[in-house]
Amino acid sequence: MYPFGYQRIDTPQALKAAQQRQRGEADKAVSYLAGGTTLLDLMKLGTLAPAEILDINGLAHDYGDISWADDELRLGALVRMSAAADHPRIRSDFPVIAQSLDLAASPQIRNMASLGGNVLQRTRCNYFRQTGWTACNKRQPGSGCAAMEGVNRKHAILGVSDHCIAAYPGDFGQALVALEARVDILGFHGTRTLPFHQLHLAPGSEPERETVLLPGELITGFHVPIGPWTRRSLYLKIRDRESYEFALVSAAVAMHLDDNVIRDVRIALGGVATKPWRAHEAEQQLIGRRPDLPAFEAASKVAFAAAVTRPGNRYKVDLGQQTLTRALLQLAEMEV
Amino acid sequence: MAETAEGVIGKDVARIDGARKVTGAASYGSDFALPDQTYAFLVTSTIARGRIRHIDETAARRVPGVIGIYTHRDIAGKVKAGKLMADGGYLGTSIQPLTSPDILHDGQIVAVVIGESFESAREGAYRLDVAYERQPASASFDDASVETVAASEASKTHEDPKVGDAETAFQQAALRIDVSYSTPTQHHNPIELFTTLCHWSDGKLTVWESSQNVWGYKYGLAEQLGIDPNDIRVLSPFIGGAFGSRGSLTPRTAIIAEIARQLGRPVKLVPTRDQGFTIATYRAETRHHVKLGATPDGKLVSLSHEAWEVTSRPDNYMVSGTKATTRLYQCPNIYSKVSITHADRNTPGFMRSPPELPYLFALESAMDELAVATGIDPIELRRINDTQVEPIKGLPYTSRSLMACFDAGAKAFGWHERNPKPGAMRDGDWLVGWGCASTMYPTAVAPAAAKVRLMPDGKAIVQTAAHDIGTGAYTVIGQVAAERLGLPLANIEVQIGDSDLPPAPVAGGSNTTASVCNVVAKACDRLRQQLFQQSNAASATDISGMPLDAVLNDLPKDGIEAYAENLPHGTTQEGIGKLYHGHSMLAGGSELKDRIQFAFGAEFVELRIHRLTKEIRCSRLIGAFACGRIVNPRTARSQLMGGLIWGLSSALHEETEIDQASARYYNDDLAEYLIPVNADVREVEVIFVPEEDKAINDLGIKGLGELGNVGTNAAVANAVYHATGFRIRDLPIRLEDLLAVES
Repeated sequence: MYPFGYQRIDTPQALKAAQQRQRGEADKAVSYLAGGTTLLDLMKLGTLAPAEILDINGLAHDYGDISWADDELRLGALVRMSAAADHPRIRSDFPVIAQSLDLAASPQIRNMASLGGNVLQRTRCNYFRQTGWTACNKRQPGSGCAAMEGVNRKHAILGVSDHCIAAYPGDFGQALVALEARVDILGFHGTRTLPFHQLHLAPGSEPERETVLLPGELITGFHVPIGPWTRRSLYLKIRDRESYEFALVSAAVAMHLDDNVIRDVRIALGGVATKPWRAHEAEQQLIGRRPDLPAFEAASKVAFAAAVTRPGNRYKVDLGQQTLTRALLQLAEMEV
Repeated sequence: MAETAEGVIGKDVARIDGARKVTGAASYGSDFALPDQTYAFLVTSTIARGRIRHIDETAARRVPGVIGIYTHRDIAGKVKAGKLMADGGYLGTSIQPLTSPDILHDGQIVAVVIGESFESAREGAYRLDVAYERQPASASFDDASVETVAASEASKTHEDPKVGDAETAFQQAALRIDVSYSTPTQHHNPIELFTTLCHWSDGKLTVWESSQNVWGYKYGLAEQLGIDPNDIRVLSPFIGGAFGSRGSLTPRTAIIAEIARQLGRPVKLVPTRDQGFTIATYRAETRHHVKLGATPDGKLVSLSHEAWEVTSRPDNYMVSGTKATTRLYQCPNIYSKVSITHADRNTPGFMRSPPELPYLFALESAMDELAVATGIDPIELRRINDTQVEPIKGLPYTSRSLMACFDAGAKAFGWHERNPKPGAMRDGDWLVGWGCASTMYPTAVAPAAAKVRLMPDGKAIVQTAAHDIGTGAYTVIGQVAAERLGLPLANIEVQIGDSDLPPAPVAGGSNTTASVCNVVAKACDRLRQQLFQQSNAASATDISGMPLDAVLNDLPKDGIEAYAENLPHGTTQEGIGKLYHGHSMLAGGSELKDRIQFAFGAEFVELRIHRLTKEIRCSRLIGAFACGRIVNPRTARSQLMGGLIWGLSSALHEETEIDQASARYYNDDLAEYLIPVNADVREVEVIFVPEEDKAINDLGIKGLGELGNVGTNAAVANAVYHATGFRIRDLPIRLEDLLAVES
């Protein structure tokens, strides 16, 4: 860890002032601190070395609420993972959100980590995390990618590029992308709202750019539309052990089933992609069809048609298809 | 003295150090702090083979609080390399960092940065610029430049057990199993990191470091630093996990001691989790080729076990588990051969059941394959081949209750309800698999010494430089002293983990309870004898039941003391000499001339495997064990339960992944190096099968610390086969293995 400046931000005015200061010091690396469950780890490893930390936990009054409108669920960015996961109405009306949070990390981490920070969690690729590895385009642009020929069992097979195959590690992000959530972003010029799926970037030729956030911009909350598919939703996470592990493959799925016909379906995949991944083509396959095994298997094949694998992660195509099929079967059988 | 001390041995009592542990009063290695102490942070190599070309200290020296940077330029010539324990030394590696600019493995220590705070040392270490001249490195078996040699060539003392003509018998056998297996690299990852605190005062060195071998550390450090062993004290009262990783001295300790000497201030090192993967030892990967020949009714006629192990370039470390696998079953024709492969890796070392865990995985998987081939129930197959005489030299087991363990375990598990057809047992979408395997672990006992002092107030102090690596040694030593002196357990104070105390052997090979309890019993008996002889309170012939009350009043103010040494069966007087030089002469297992000593058990596993996604979850683990006299059922159960869980872990979770191109460890943290979490361990049952073995040692104790985790991996693999019909022969078993065989 390297020395850094630390400032507590307790009011929107103080935040605005800090953002204004940042505009003047474009080269200075500034990080926001909420739960700190990723930031502190990576700072200790020396992977991240922000010059200044802005502790935004004092803004909980402004951005720490769970609220409801007629047509949407609103989640403040400073809501803790456990608070959202334990919320009775989220559990009943948005099972996919509650489950994606419940199945992530450990209770201690879920009590600390904020929803805003969660979606910005950095990859678990150890070639990125450990500075002892010299080839990592994400950490050191242009240095190469050690994972291509190295240990890549847990790496991505969708949205990859020749420059990076690091998997997006989160769970909640998949739920948001499946439910077509929107994200509020506060910058110096005010708030902008984006479809959540536009927040993250695939690595392309610039794996160091992971999101569209501009310097100083802060995620303040999420809007999740309520639809006829949100109650029939679930998160299935497949991993080597029962708890406290990142997904090898996960599926966030939601379905509007009417008269035994799939009217609408949402599919997002985790553990297999470089960003929260929406499987649009697979969804298209299912709309208008009956919820049966052949339909689900066909859709699962489509979802992984574009996979690009390495020797260590080739199994993820097969596992991904099985995971999605299993999730859809469970979804169709859900009592809502 | 109202309470009777009769029957304290064998009683289910809570740990006498338990309250200290749960209240935080117990101090572990890095809990110790000294005034004026400095902090060390290691810089380790990012290449596996080559040389340090240049070290630029400028930026590191500029960090406020950094007070020293030590590299080979400062340490070479001041610290000597040591020899491996197997070669008569005290270390786990002959690679001594900072003696030259050469790099022989990933994560080798290349510099130590000293700061006034941990944070300044760490920042200094991060800012130290080390440039390397990198050479190609070989990671493991399949690399072109590794060198493989027969163990019998590498080591003068190595023996490949053989009898009869295994190859001819195999060719003529009615049923033949001819298969290969492998086990992965694994690291101990004790929760307590590999910390060291060194302090010099008047030319004498004190080291606070968690150790399984304080006398060995004292003598090893003396050799490395060129000082008198009597000027060194090693303190290790509580140990936050060891599992073999603290049995041999690691090179860091002499380096930190030398820096403290040069600096004239205490130095405290707390390395990181990932550094623990390369500055200490680990379990190397192994490969096995097993051939079994049998009659149609399951009688073994030929058993061949050939194996390969990875080690470092300079060291011939090996575990040679064929010592056990050639002696588990009756068979007239046996062949075995062990080879070692030198790669550009740190030297491997002892890790809980070093030989038996990988080698019995191979044999006990192959036995299950033979059970399938013959159509005989796996338990019955073992009964058919059971023996009370080991087949290589024809020596008798002092006791062997393997089949009693199978019978007790099978009953508790409900084995008779097993449908032997693979895939036949289901629970909804989950395939259910039941598997079993044998476990065995050698009973070794070593010379030891102990001192007991009885005070007039009826309290006693037991002193011996033994080690409690979380196993309950404090408590069992206390129980033995309580019973033999005739005092309540609460009156016994046990002092261990200090090289100033009478010497005890390394806490390795599961020998501590047998070695130390026997010598403590001897010292107590001697003390009582002295006491009653002095007091004339009784005839010297029958004092065993005499209460102490009558004689306590006559004791001098500082009490009386007795000292004892113990030479177990199979050891010689030379063993006592070695004991006082930090060497442990472990005798037992298959190394004795007149008999063979092992503990046995049977393990049962129930798995659930999802029919689509193939994740493997364990729903039940049962182990039945016969290991002589159980001194404390509570701590013994705890060890065996932990063993079963680790066995599960070795089958499904643990693997150190290696980046082949660079020969470097990849998943060197506890997020990516998997061990089971609570949710993975549903139901664990430990059954003690009564066993009396009066021959093995006076107290009839067999070691059990390393018995529990052996065989579990095979039981898991056998259960995977039973659930799916697929035999996975390479550990760890992962869901992609099952997806691959199915598609």
